[in-house]
Amino acid sequence: MRTGGGQPILATGGPRQVDAVAVEHLSKRFVRRSLIRHRPIQTVHALDDVSFSVRQQEIFGVLGVNGSGKSTLIRVLSTLLIPDAGSVRVFGYDIGRDEAAVKRLINRVSVEASFFKKLSAMENLLYAVRLYGRGGAGLRREIEQILVALGLERPRIGQPLEQLSRGMQQKVAIARAFLTSPVLLLLDEPTTGLDPRSKKDVQEFVIRLRDEHDATIILCSHDMDEAERLCDRIAVLDGGRLVAIDSPTGLRRRAAAGAGLPDLTLEQTFIQLTGRPPDAVDVEDGQVA
Amino acid sequence: MADSWSHSSPGAGGLWREVRASYAFVERNVFLVRRYWGWEIAFLVYNVTSSLSVMYIGKAQQVQGDQLILYLGIGTLVWSYLRSVFANISEMISWERWEGTIEYTMMAPVSRLTHMLGVSLFSVAYGIVRTAVLLGALALFFDVSLGHANFVGALVVILIGSLSFIGIGIMAAVLPLLFTERGEEMTFIISSVLLLVSGVYYPISVLPGWMQTVARISPATYVLDGMRATVLDGAGTGQVLRYLVPMALIGAITIPLGMAVFSSVERYAKRTGRLKRSG
Repeated sequence: MRTGGGQPILATGGPRQVDAVAVEHLSKRFVRRSLIRHRPIQTVHALDDVSFSVRQQEIFGVLGVNGSGKSTLIRVLSTLLIPDAGSVRVFGYDIGRDEAAVKRLINRVSVEASFFKKLSAMENLLYAVRLYGRGGAGLRREIEQILVALGLERPRIGQPLEQLSRGMQQKVAIARAFLTSPVLLLLDEPTTGLDPRSKKDVQEFVIRLRDEHDATIILCSHDMDEAERLCDRIAVLDGGRLVAIDSPTGLRRRAAAGAGLPDLTLEQTFIQLTGRPPDAVDVEDGQVA
Repeated sequence: MADSWSHSSPGAGGLWREVRASYAFVERNVFLVRRYWGWEIAFLVYNVTSSLSVMYIGKAQQVQGDQLILYLGIGTLVWSYLRSVFANISEMISWERWEGTIEYTMMAPVSRLTHMLGVSLFSVAYGIVRTAVLLGALALFFDVSLGHANFVGALVVILIGSLSFIGIGIMAAVLPLLFTERGEEMTFIISSVLLLVSGVYYPISVLPGWMQTVARISPATYVLDGMRATVLDGAGTGQVLRYLVPMALIGAITIPLGMAVFSSVERYAKRTGRLKRSG
């Protein structure tokens, strides 16, 4: 995929294709200190020596229990957190030195809809796309078309977002991603708390984003079915550490072979790798994300 | 295929993108003012009634002529404007945290300068509109003569004074980044202190000596003196240079210093994970 006018060239195919994301020895900890003497009271190792890469146009899953470091990883990739150690590159750009370039390539959909709740879907999306440098006469019409395509009735486009269901709010968040055309889309549990129909809709939009916009997608989830359905490869995080990385089938085969069984579900695989079910909360030894 | 516009590097296209992004903040805040219209009306009524109360205090003194009433009226109007500019800028972080949008805004491909510019543009425009409405309301109750006022000079004073307040607002905006739980309270204290020492309702000569020293570094002091000189005394723009120069100097120092401090504190917040935490 080549961007225009002297821009960074994003290699698409060929033997020297740059990885969409390259993470090497990434570590991040949070230290709570006493007020007066500034002594450490509690240290949380949110990410501990994590290394992986994501190919272009791949849907890459990150699975882990609550507190395993998934959201911290997403925040690092979003340039919202500065790592303590390691390097992170997005399409060859270092997130520290080339932060501005990285920001132009990414967008994020998080578990909580990051919107101004009193503003309507139209108003929120106008703000979002203008932040990404878009303008022009047809912008409102384009936003309206996308929202209608996502299932939002026209009269509701002007209503405050707080009056829409959570499922619809997440669809508006996906619409925001559509409109800003990110090359790397970071999804942090986008379907958590949604009804089955909304969940399916959001998952289909994710696939459309990859197919229609050539986006690379990193999807954090603890929904095994979702991960298995959508992801080309999955990384499993446990206590801030990367314990396994492979395709869903590859993970299951390895886990099954290790257990001496013909096959395991992805959930069983996860339990075998981490010792916990996916909906557990990681509070062992203060290691909380 | 991804659109090229979203990934374009700095250049003429990049500058245009930054202008659009700056407008994004202005437009967003206009939408918010519309949506929170109930609170806007409530605060406006409060401003009108508190301003009227102060001006009636002046009237109650039964001083001959309307100089005292005008003196107080200018104080309330100017302070209302400056406070509005300061609040809009200094509270932008804590307010976005409260809305839950701070991470999305900080993640956007927008320079912090553009961000500040957009917020500042809105603050000034909003402050002017609000103050004009307030002035109109006050004029219904008090019939004062402004025939000798130098309105052009007053406009110059308020615009240059705005720059100095923008700079102070940017510096205050770092407090909610640094102190997630108490930052907003700190900005409120700053504006309260500025109200006390800047001669809003009285000349600073009535203050204790140490407060007068503090008043000399408050840009509001010069804005108020400059506005009173142009409106009450009809002073020419050249005659108010002694107010314009300190204001311009304060703005020239605080704006770049505020930007530098903000960038540094933003990095600190990203290292320590304080961006998202709400108070």
